Amino acid sequence: MADIAFLLLVFFLVTTTMDQQKGLRVQLPPYPDPNVPPPVVEQNDRNVLEVLVNSADQLLVERKPLRLEALTDLTKKHIQNEGRLPNFSDSSQAAVVSLKNDRGTSVERYVQVYNELIRAYNEARDEYSSSKYGRSYADLPDKSDEQIAVKKKYPMKISEAEPVEY
Amino acid sequence: MTKFKKNGGKESPAINTSALPDIVFMLLFFFMVATKMRDPSVLVRTNVPTVSEVEKIVKKSWVNHILVGPPLNTAEFGNSPRIQFDDKFGDVEGANGVGVFITMKKNEQPEGIRDYLTTSIKADRSVRMGLIQDIKQELRKINSLKLLYSASEGDVEE
Repeated sequence: MADIAFLLLVFFLVTTTMDQQKGLRVQLPPYPDPNVPPPVVEQNDRNVLEVLVNSADQLLVERKPLRLEALTDLTKKHIQNEGRLPNFSDSSQAAVVSLKNDRGTSVERYVQVYNELIRAYNEARDEYSSSKYGRSYADLPDKSDEQIAVKKKYPMKISEAEPVEY
Repeated sequence: MTKFKKNGGKESPAINTSALPDIVFMLLFFFMVATKMRDPSVLVRTNVPTVSEVEKIVKKSWVNHILVGPPLNTAEFGNSPRIQFDDKFGDVEGANGVGVFITMKKNEQPEGIRDYLTTSIKADRSVRMGLIQDIKQELRKINSLKLLYSASEGDVEE
């Protein structure tokens, strides 16, 4: 009896693959209506952090090459600037990150870049939440007033350019 | 004081093993329930990127999967990345396309939760974004806007 149980146990131990479904959550913008011209949005250049990824997986941030490790800090600097430095955003609410990739960019690099941007926002939210409520952002109860306030202070505005035909 | 004197060579009592089968059965049931047989019908290689800020999916039944990667059977299907949903190859557009598949999956679900359905794109790290962009455009066309780039958790490596 115990032998059979052990056999089954070992079998399931070996065949088991914990089905882990993890990933980066992204909200796509709605498809533009071809009959309606795209709205012209006046966007102050300082409020937009321009991130380009080319087909060789290299980064160009604000027209300057950048290493991937430096992206989180630069993005944080951008969204937490509050009008201090002239090249970065006026306020955290106005800050936008514009991400544009080439058709030849690899999925790996794209996901890594996206990850760094999300990390920057998570860290900024965490710092704000800790200083204001004494708790990290992840510890705030879901849909609580505090969580909504932090989200409002640092809205995650990652905009992706419409793909262009070459 | 002889009371406290140890008489040497004292044997430790035998461990009671009568609860062992219970433990084994408990483990057995755990793995039986937690196990998911590796889907034998995976047709493409999906070695997902490793990143740090992953989120876990809570409602697994609300997720539809699209697999993108080079075919495992390179002899028959070549090396260029293909799209797979359910257990067959698909296309970006057309009758066998992403839009049709996701719409079909959507219609299987009750009306109330259709807006919450997420599409998970499980793409191999070597796949080029052009293909993913095309899939994204198709998803936007059918207004299925919740997306998840499948990734595993870990440190980002250059």
